[in-house]
Amino acid sequence: MAQPRIAVVGGGLAGLMATIRIAEAGVPVDLFSIVPVKRSHSVCAQGGINGAVNVKGEDDSPEIHFYDTVKGGDFLAHQPPARAMCYAAPGIIYLLDRMGVMFNRTAEGFLDFRRFGGTLYNRTAFAGATTGQQMLYALDEQVRRHEAAGLVTKYEQWEYLGMARDGAGRCVGLVALDQRRMTPRAFRADAVMLATGGPGLLFGRTTNSAINSGSATASAYLEGAWYANGEFIQIHPTAIPGEDKLRLMSESARGEGGRVWVPRRKGDPRRPQDIPEAERSYFLEEKYPRYGNLVPRDVASREIHRVCVEEGLGVDGKMMVYLDLTHIPRAELDRKLGGIIEIYEKFTGEDPHTAPMKIFPAVHYSMGGLWVDYERTADGFLDLASPKNHMTNIPGLYAVGECEYQYHGANRLGANSLLSCIYAGQVGGPAAVTWARNQKTAAADVAASVFEESEQRWTRRFAELAQRGGDENAYVLAEELGQSMLENVTIVRHNDRLQATDAKILELAGRWKRAAVLDQSPWANGPLSFLNQLEKMLALARVVTLGALRREESRGSHYKPAAPKRDDARWLRTTIATSSPDGPSFHDEPVDTSLVTPVERKYD
Amino acid sequence: MPRTAIELRIKRQDGPSGPPRWEEFSIPWRAGMNVISCLMEIRKRPVTKQGAKTSPVMWEASCLEEVCGACTMLVNGTPRQSCAALVDGLPEGVITLEPLTRFTVVRDLIVDRSPMFEALKRVRAWIPIDGTYDLGPGPRIAETERELSYAFSRCMTCGCCMEACPQYNGRSEFLGPAPIAQVRLFNAHPTGAMNAHERLEAIMGRGGLVDCGNAQNCVEVCPKEIPLTEAFGELGRQTTVLWLKNLLRR
Ligand SMILES: Cc1cc2nc3c(=O)[nH]c(=O)nc-3n(C[C@H](O)[C@H](O)[C@H](O)COP(=O)(O)OP(=O)(O)OC[C@H]3O[C@@H](n4cnc5c(N)ncnc54)[C@H](O)[C@@H]3O)c2cc1C
Ligand code: SF4
Ligand code: SF4
Ligand code: FES
Repeated sequence: MAQPRIAVVGGGLAGLMATIRIAEAGVPVDLFSIVPVKRSHSVCAQGGINGAVNVKGEDDSPEIHFYDTVKGGDFLAHQPPARAMCYAAPGIIYLLDRMGVMFNRTAEGFLDFRRFGGTLYNRTAFAGATTGQQMLYALDEQVRRHEAAGLVTKYEQWEYLGMARDGAGRCVGLVALDQRRMTPRAFRADAVMLATGGPGLLFGRTTNSAINSGSATASAYLEGAWYANGEFIQIHPTAIPGEDKLRLMSESARGEGGRVWVPRRKGDPRRPQDIPEAERSYFLEEKYPRYGNLVPRDVASREIHRVCVEEGLGVDGKMMVYLDLTHIPRAELDRKLGGIIEIYEKFTGEDPHTAPMKIFPAVHYSMGGLWVDYERTADGFLDLASPKNHMTNIPGLYAVGECEYQYHGANRLGANSLLSCIYAGQVGGPAAVTWARNQKTAAADVAASVFEESEQRWTRRFAELAQRGGDENAYVLAEELGQSMLENVTIVRHNDRLQATDAKILELAGRWKRAAVLDQSPWANGPLSFLNQLEKMLALARVVTLGALRREESRGSHYKPAAPKRDDARWLRTTIATSSPDGPSFHDEPVDTSLVTPVERKYD
Repeated sequence: MPRTAIELRIKRQDGPSGPPRWEEFSIPWRAGMNVISCLMEIRKRPVTKQGAKTSPVMWEASCLEEVCGACTMLVNGTPRQSCAALVDGLPEGVITLEPLTRFTVVRDLIVDRSPMFEALKRVRAWIPIDGTYDLGPGPRIAETERELSYAFSRCMTCGCCMEACPQYNGRSEFLGPAPIAQVRLFNAHPTGAMNAHERLEAIMGRGGLVDCGNAQNCVEVCPKEIPLTEAFGELGRQTTVLWLKNLLRR
C-alpha cells in the first residue's frame, strides 16, 4: 500500500498536537487552517492547564483530578476517557515544559501551580495570564520544525468545506477552499481529523475569537456526523463588555485570590473603593464557604444571575458585579496576571490594581461537539492502540479539541480544556495513523471520480452563491441569530422561549436565501465565504436550541427553572443529534459511569 | 468632545497588483468602539460616506484582544493592532486605515506576512526535543530567567516592528527584528542553548544582525513592549564569541 497521508483541519492546540504525533510516526500531514495556525483561537486561553503534579505538598493525585472533572461535569462525561486524560496530565505539562513553554516557576525553579475553579488543590500550571498563547507557540514551533523537515505541508488561509467519501461511506479526503483564489479543491487523505474549535459565533459576541463560527463541525454534522450534547454551553462568570467581543477576565484572577461582590444596598451610588467591608456582599463566599469564589463556572454564573436579576443587586442596575483584586500586591498581580490586567486597562481605561473590575457573564465554551468514539480497557482507561479513539461515527473522520464532546460532560472545569485539547491530539493522532495504515485501499488508490464529484459539488455551490442577489445582509442575520441565542439559550432556559428561538432560526434560514453576496470579486472574497458558513451555523444553532428544549432536567450548564433537578433515571444520557432534511433528529445513549457513582453535586 | 459620528478613510486595493484607492465612511458612534467594530459596522451596510454602494472592507482579525497578531494595520499612519485601537483614544477627526507597506497587499487591509514565518524557519526558532514521549520533567529554570524569556515568547508575529524598521522591506535580505529577537529566546533556554550556534550562524551572515542600523524604531512600536534592541545587543555578544571560536578552530 502507498504511504498514507493524513489531513488535519485546524491548527489550534488540538490540531497541532495531533499533527506533531502523526508526523512523529513518519506519516505526512496536510494541515489546513483559516488563519495562520499561530493565530488560532487557542492563543486566547489565559489562566492555565491542569495536571495533578502535586508540588505543594497537598497530596493531590490524578485520581482526585479525575473525580473533580466528572463531578464538575455533573457526571455526564464518559469516565474512562476523562480518567485517562487526568492520568496523562502531569506528563503533558512536563512535555510542554520541555518544548520551552515559559511556565511560571517557584523560588526553587520548579513549575508553579495555582488554584482554579471546582477543585480545592493547586493544580493549574500557568505562563503569566497568557498560557494558551505560550502553549500554542511551543506547538507551532515543533510543527514548523516538522514542516522544515518536509513532513508537514501547511494550507493556511484554506477553509474546510466538506468531506470526500468513497462508495462505502468511508471518509477518504476533503474539499477545501483557497480563501484567496476562491476555488474549492479536493484533497485525498487516509484519515481526516477535524480540530476546528468551538462555535462561539452562534451567540454573537462572546469571549471567543472572531473566527469561531463552528461551520466546519456544522458541515460535518450536515454530512452525517453525529453531534453530541450540543445544549451544553458554558457561560463564564467574568468577562468585560466590548462592542466587538466580550473579553475574558480569567478564572485565575479568583485563583490568585480575587473576590466577587456586590454592594448590599440596591443602587448604592458610592464608588466601590468607598464601600466598607460590612456593606459588601461576597455572595459566593457566603453561600459556598468551602469553594468560595472558585465554585465551577455554571454555579457562579447562576449565582450572578440570581443576585443581579432576581435580587436586583447588580452594579449600575445591570447584570454586573465587582471582581476585586485590589488587596493583592501589585508586583504579584503583574507577574501572575499581567496579561489580563493589561487587557482590562487597555479596553476599559481603569486600573484593576486600585479599583475593583466590573465584570459580567459571557458565553465562553461548548461542552458539546462532534460525537467521537473510544476503546476502554478493563481497568477503566483508554486502549491507546485502538483506531476507534476520537473517530466520529463516519469511518475515517476524526475529531479532537473543542469541536468534539468527549471529556467535559455538562460543564467544563477551568484549565481542563487546554488539557483535553492536548490529550485528544496525543491520542487521536496515533489512532488516525493506525486506521490509515490498516486500510486495504489507500486514499491514493481511490477512484479519481470520487474527488472530482465532491470538488464539483462545491464548485457549483460557490458559483451559485457568487451570483446571489437579494435584500438581506448575512452579517445582519448573524447578529440577529446571536441576539436570540444569547437571550434565550444561555444561563436560564424556558421551553416557550426555546421554541420561539427555533422559530427565529427558521425565519433567519428563510431570509438567508435572500441574502446577497456583498462582494463580486473573484479574489479573497470574505463575504462569499461567510454566506456559506452562515447556512451551516443556522443548522447548528437548531441543534443547540432543540437539544436544550428536549432535555427536561437541570444539569451542569443546562438549567431550566421548570425542571430544576437533575434526573439521572431519564437523563444521565448523551444527547445525539443527526441531521435530517427536516432539521435535527435526536436520540440518546447511556454514559459510562462505571468508575465513580454519580452523587448530588455540592460545593458548599 | 466625544464624536457623534466616526469618519473613516480607508485605503483599498482589490488584489496584489491592483491600484490602491481611497474610500470614505461615516458610521454612528457608540461608546467603547474600536477600529474593528467600525469595520464590522461597515460590512453590515457597505455604503460609502457619499452614498455609493461598495463591497465590505477586507481585514484580518481573530482574537480581538491583542494576543494573536492578526489585525495589524496602519491606524493614522502608525503600525498597530486595530483591535486594541479604541476610537475614543484616537485624536478627533478622520481615522485613516491603510495596509502595512513592507509586505505585499493581498486585498484592502490584508497583507502577506508569510516572510516572517519563513524567517522563523531560517533562524530555527524551536527547541529540538527528542520526541513527545514521556521523558519526565524539563530543566529547572530560575523565575527571574523565566520572566526575561517570557518577554520574548510573547511575540505574536504581528509585524509592527518590521513595518517600523528602516532596514526591512519586502526586497531586502534583512530578516527583520522579530525573527532575530526569537534567537535570544531559544538560546537562553537550557535545551535550546545546546544548539545555540546553529541559530547564531543563521543571523551572522548577510541579512542578519549586521544589517540592523540600530535605529530603535522597532522597540517603540512593539505592542508587547518586547525589548528587541536589548536582544540585539546580547546576540551581538554571542555572535562575536562564536566568530572568535570559529576563527581559533580554523
Ligand atoms: C478567552 C478564553 C480563555 C480561555 N482560557 C482557558 C484556560 O485558561 N484554560 C483552558 O483550559 N481553556 C481555556 N479556554 C478554552 C480553550 O482556549 C479552548 O477551548 C481551546 O483553545 C480550543 O482549542 P482547539 O484546538 O480545539 O481549537 P482552536 O484553538 O479554536 O483552533 C481551531 C482551528 O481550526 C481552524 N478552523 C476552524 N474552522 C476551519 C475551517 N472551516 N477550515 C479550516 N480550518 C478551520 C482555525 O483556523 C484554528 O486553527 C479559554 C477560552 C477563551 C475563549
Ligand atoms: S533597531 Fe532599527 S534597524 Fe534594527 S531592527 Fe530595530 S528598527 Fe530595524
Ligand atoms: S516583536 Fe513585537 S512588534 Fe515585532 S512581531 Fe513581535 S510582537 Fe509584533
Ligand atoms: S485580532 Fe488578534 S491581535 Fe488584534
